Amino acid sequence: MSPLLEVRDLVKTFGTGEAATRVLRGLTLVLDTGEMAALLGPSGSGKSTLLTILGTLMKPTSGSHMMLGQDLIAADDHALTMFRNRHIGFVFQFHNLLPDFTALENVIFPTAVREGRETATARTRGRDLLVRMGLGERIDFPSTSLSGGQKQRVAVARALMNGPELVLADEPTGNLDRASAMQVMNLIGQINREEGTTFLISTHDEKIAALCRRQVVVADGKVTG
Amino acid sequence: MLYAFKIAGRYLTANKAQTALLVLGVAVGVFIFIFMSALIGGLAEFILSRTVGDISHITIEAETADPPLLISPEGHVLVATEQASARTATLADAATWLPLIEAVAGVRAVSPQITGAGFLSRSAQVSQVSVTGVEPGRESAILDLEGYIIEGTARLGSGILVLGRKLADDLALSLGQTLRLQSSGGVTAVLTLAGIYETGDGRMDGGRVFVSLSTARTLFAMPQGVTRIEIKLDDLNAADATALRIRSLTGLDAVPWTDGAAQLMEALNAQAQTGYFLKTFALITIVIGVASALLLSTYRRRPEIGIMRAMGAGRGFVVFVFVTQGALIGLMGGVSGAVLGYLALLPFPSREAFRAGTLPMDITQGSYGLAITLTVIGAILASILPARSAARVDPVTAIGQ
Repeated sequence: MSPLLEVRDLVKTFGTGEAATRVLRGLTLVLDTGEMAALLGPSGSGKSTLLTILGTLMKPTSGSHMMLGQDLIAADDHALTMFRNRHIGFVFQFHNLLPDFTALENVIFPTAVREGRETATARTRGRDLLVRMGLGERIDFPSTSLSGGQKQRVAVARALMNGPELVLADEPTGNLDRASAMQVMNLIGQINREEGTTFLISTHDEKIAALCRRQVVVADGKVTG
Repeated sequence: MLYAFKIAGRYLTANKAQTALLVLGVAVGVFIFIFMSALIGGLAEFILSRTVGDISHITIEAETADPPLLISPEGHVLVATEQASARTATLADAATWLPLIEAVAGVRAVSPQITGAGFLSRSAQVSQVSVTGVEPGRESAILDLEGYIIEGTARLGSGILVLGRKLADDLALSLGQTLRLQSSGGVTAVLTLAGIYETGDGRMDGGRVFVSLSTARTLFAMPQGVTRIEIKLDDLNAADATALRIRSLTGLDAVPWTDGAAQLMEALNAQAQTGYFLKTFALITIVIGVASALLLSTYRRRPEIGIMRAMGAGRGFVVFVFVTQGALIGLMGGVSGAVLGYLALLPFPSREAFRAGTLPMDITQGSYGLAITLTVIGAILASILPARSAARVDPVTAIGQ
């Protein structure tokens, strides 16, 4: 069976000439469907750059990037946008919700933007996801009125809205207290087990990493463990 | 793209005070546009009504026939002709053409006339005058003679004369007095002064007399036909086209008023150009205002644009959101400005009631639809630059902000 995601010999250099900084130095990583992996490493090791490339928000300087059998290096901006919308979910450290929208509107955004309108089906799925995240009573609340933990759970629901095969989470608990962090991680674990969604979670927290079945360590722009 | 429309609307309602100020700015620009349209249009209408309102819009005059050559046309023949003032050209078939001309679309009134020169005398006082014979009942068809009457009546009839106030003063005339009018052909008629008019035009008030068409026939020895036909139109701006139609219909040399009014037309054109400039500046102000406001909005919303892009919103979607915002601002500002402009113009007198000393604002020339359309187009154009800038936002950098 082919892996869900495979990147080989990834190199990413920022800047040119003497100011050039090589962040990734021939990184190789393979993720199978249903994995729940923690991405560990010190600051500046290239974790965020790797997540950005895996999320098709940035292209590497060189190397190969395959997901679901598709060569994402060759794809243009429009194709990558479509691919990202259908197959990849994001959870950011600072939740990054749209401030002028309610919790439900934030969750259904990825579907609505693809279909050009908010359908009843999308609203139903959005509600279900929010109920599952324990936010059944906050569905129509403005996102700005939610607590940090609630916002992050809305962000997780949004990442899952289009049923992506891969969810990339960049320090999803980095801005939360311990209780909220555990609540978010438990939800992620539950979805991983029940739906087989692959998670790659960047974290500095050993306890959070321990909740994942695999730990990928990045150091100096390469996978070292 | 309903969803992009919803997001654009949400962005506008998210900051109501800012949106209201922006819409107000656009509305003021549209208000100025409409105010200028009504003023320039009204002014042109006022000038035209004052200068052209009382004259014939299309005139058909009898052409003087060339004298017949009584010598052999072989070789070079030099002929000198002198225009004989006593000899009057006639439109002999006028009676045939009148119903045809009256049936032409846009023709409001037709006045067949016999005109010529004459001498008006009372006792030893004599004054040279221009004589116009018009059909009784059509005295005010072209010139509003009845409206200018200050004494007596404009109603003409057999043995009756109407003249201007200056002439009446010069000859010390009063209503009911008997006068002698001798035509350039030497025919004399004794007429009674039945009315005195005052138009404000010294040349006319001091030298033009009106008699009935039958009196003019006697004076100018013209048992049939007329010397000219004057035509008044519903729309004086249609004079060129209507004159062409009459010419093709009758074969007569119908001359529109614009043929002899090049200077007036130039002045009106210059005034219209001034109006265009002012309206263009108002539109430019709107475009700059919308563009700068949307650029600021784009900058402020960079992180959100980054999130949208990360969630799968394409560049086209982002462009559509911001262009829709511009269009909505233009539409709201345009409609508000048009309503404000209309309300502000309501207290001004209608075009029929224009009087000297008041601003001749014509509420019907506010160009409301044009103002709204141009504003929406201008706002859309103004939003393209910010929208393209938004679409180019790098999601990685923006989310990092």
